[in-house]
Amino acid sequence: MSNDIRIKKGLDIKLKGEAEKTTDTAVLSNFYVLRPEDFHGVIPKLIHKVGTKVKAGEPVFYDKSNEDIKFVSPVSGEIIEISRGAKRRILEIKIQADKTQTYQDNGKFDVDASTAEAVKAHLLASGLWPFIKQRPYDVIASPEKAPKAVFVSGYASAPLAADLDYTLQGKEAELQAAVAALGKLTEGGVHVSVGKNSNSPLAGLSGVTLHKVSGPHPAGNVGTLINKVDPVNKGETVWTLNAQDLVIIGELLLTGKFNAERTVALVGSQVQSPRYFLTKIGAEVATMIYDKGVEKDANARVISGNVLSGKEIRPDGYLDFYSNVISIIPEGDDYEFFGWNKPVFDKVSTSRALTFSWLNPNKKYDLDTNTNGEHRAFVITGNYEEVFPLDIYPMQILKACMYKDLDEMEALGMYEVAPEDFALTEFVCVSKQPHQKIIREGLDLMLKEIG
Amino acid sequence: MGLKQNLHNFKVKNQNKKWLPAFNALFTFLYTPNETTHNGTHIKAADDLKRTMNTVIIALVPCLIFGMFNAGYQHYLALGEITQAEGFLGASFWTLDNLLVGAATVLPLVVVSYGVGLAVEFVFAVIKGHEVEEGYLVTGMLVPLIVPVDIPLWMLAVAVIFGVVIGKEVFGGTGMNILNPALTIRAFLFFAYPTWMSGDKVWVHGAVERAGTPDAISGETLLGAYAQNTSLAGIDYWDMFWGLIPGSVGETSKFLIIIGALFLIFTKVGSWRIIISTLIGALAMGLIFNGVVDAGWIGESSKFYGLMSVPFWQHLIIGSILFGAVYMATDPVTASQTNKGKWIYGFLIGFISIMIRVFNPAYPEGVFLAILLMNVFAPTIDHYVVQGNVKRRMKRLKAKVA
Repeated sequence: MSNDIRIKKGLDIKLKGEAEKTTDTAVLSNFYVLRPEDFHGVIPKLIHKVGTKVKAGEPVFYDKSNEDIKFVSPVSGEIIEISRGAKRRILEIKIQADKTQTYQDNGKFDVDASTAEAVKAHLLASGLWPFIKQRPYDVIASPEKAPKAVFVSGYASAPLAADLDYTLQGKEAELQAAVAALGKLTEGGVHVSVGKNSNSPLAGLSGVTLHKVSGPHPAGNVGTLINKVDPVNKGETVWTLNAQDLVIIGELLLTGKFNAERTVALVGSQVQSPRYFLTKIGAEVATMIYDKGVEKDANARVISGNVLSGKEIRPDGYLDFYSNVISIIPEGDDYEFFGWNKPVFDKVSTSRALTFSWLNPNKKYDLDTNTNGEHRAFVITGNYEEVFPLDIYPMQILKACMYKDLDEMEALGMYEVAPEDFALTEFVCVSKQPHQKIIREGLDLMLKEIG
Repeated sequence: MGLKQNLHNFKVKNQNKKWLPAFNALFTFLYTPNETTHNGTHIKAADDLKRTMNTVIIALVPCLIFGMFNAGYQHYLALGEITQAEGFLGASFWTLDNLLVGAATVLPLVVVSYGVGLAVEFVFAVIKGHEVEEGYLVTGMLVPLIVPVDIPLWMLAVAVIFGVVIGKEVFGGTGMNILNPALTIRAFLFFAYPTWMSGDKVWVHGAVERAGTPDAISGETLLGAYAQNTSLAGIDYWDMFWGLIPGSVGETSKFLIIIGALFLIFTKVGSWRIIISTLIGALAMGLIFNGVVDAGWIGESSKFYGLMSVPFWQHLIIGSILFGAVYMATDPVTASQTNKGKWIYGFLIGFISIMIRVFNPAYPEGVFLAILLMNVFAPTIDHYVVQGNVKRRMKRLKAKVA
């Protein structure tokens, strides 16, 4: 069964530095890092002390509020450093990798012969659970609550995103095992989206509801898929997973090994030869970004994730838990003479106010991190709606978040959204408001007050 | 690096000073700032508020220049020193003499409007410690265009202070105001100095000082004349369209306003929904009144007859309804913010404008009152539009539960 979803509202931001479809194996990283910050809302409780040897797939910490949710080491090695911030908050857990990797054996798991309870217990015990996120609130899913459906987007429409058709190639068996397991946990089935003209390995899966999506970004966002298929109502939960994480889940179910390998795209205008790398979760990005990549002392920003909703990291930082893209774009920390009134040809804009990106829609741009203006109150109306396909009033919900009116946030559809859904409205915002941050804080507030 | 580096060093050196926002306001006009994104989107679109406001100003400049020529033209025409211009490119219109008189009367208005208004903005920015916002750039340009040529400058200054402080700053500055600041200024003038603003003297330069002397000239507007069931001699529809008529400084030329409107719509800065729906509303009300006249309910003796019998389409080329629709009603802060709401909002502005115009012969220019009224109701309109979305969500939930 397949359904077509066509998005009209949105914006494809075409940037220079798209990855070529070749995969290099990254230099082996010496150190791997788990950052509790990647798991929003989790308060980590450490299981091991500094100096402990762990195997790949062995739990390192668990969630204080739900001890069943375990976070495992991506590699085998020794925990050499636990760095803490203010109030002894754990910032990073650094693991020095062994020369030869040993894996914790979770045993082969026969999904078809198992009950939902057994599948859930297995996912929790083996450290796969953090890959499952839930809406509302866009946090790691609560194991207590059965989701009404599971959503996976197999179509990456964000600027310079890794092409999932390419990175998932040859992983059909793992993907199938993963969706079969997830299908056990929900009554609503697993909804998978693929690009309309793609040859995604996801298209051949059985036991899923396939949706073919087309249109500009955010057509590939899982939030758009949910909104078009089965929006979240009050009291309901849906789960979302990244397509590339299904591979890790599937491999563990099939072989019993937690193999944190992931194909990551190194992209952006600052990268000499943008391409794919085979690496592991938590690896040092320095193992990839300097190899025919960015100049050593370039004034560039390294982002773990895409340019719209990724995290800024230092060049000696680490790949985060969910990203399959490393984007490197120039910093824009310079003044521009009469930048506010001269005609603009080299930047993207949705208006035509002496900005000329509408003239050649297929041109690829080299955007930097300059905000192109100062932060202001909301003034312009109607421009968010042009890039926001969900059936929600974006400006109204943002304002509701800012003045913290829980009832209004709920009524306007806060249960349905995640920060990344507001990445495009943030991009086009004339007032340079931090939409994703506003939404994140709104969600946190609701989670705290309503739960 | 020169200037840029010096200014940057100056900014860094003085970053704790209270007056820094004032410096920044000037600095950012020269250079867009070096701010970079942090977490969130790492890239941003090219537009900022300055650019948006600048676009509106570009759309207003033709009206201003035309207004200067027209001020001089009306002055000399009333004195009988020149002949009527034939059409938009008429020889007696685009003359240096007209421009000089016009510039001498209009430029002081612009200077006072910007000078006083920006001074108030700077003071508030320094007191409250936020950056100077750009909203006044457009307001400051609109104000000279919607006042009569011969308004005393002190009156304008008082009105600007009132409008900016009460109309905007008390609500929290640009983006928070309920009423359009330019129209607040206009309304203040109208209610504080009614004899000036609704008189038949101020609309042509020189009419006031000659009043009561043997050289007296008429300084009346067309709309004022219509309201008296008369008309002004020697004015045909094309003059109204091109704008060769007495009136507020910048709102006479319908032709240039339409060009400005097309520019605003093309750049996506002005809302085409509001502009079009306002015109539809005005035409609808005009048609209704025409119908009333045709049905014979209102006789020629009625004081409403003059304006009610104006063919509906002519309402668009007399008075300032077009200017209001294009530059005033579209102010995004005070208009409805939802797309559906914009249609309703615009339609009601047009509708009420013509209603006030016809039923209020003492002051027939109803546009600004109508827009201010709808400014107040815009949040209500939005509320009901948004409730539609909320109800749909509730229904979805109920369908699930049932």
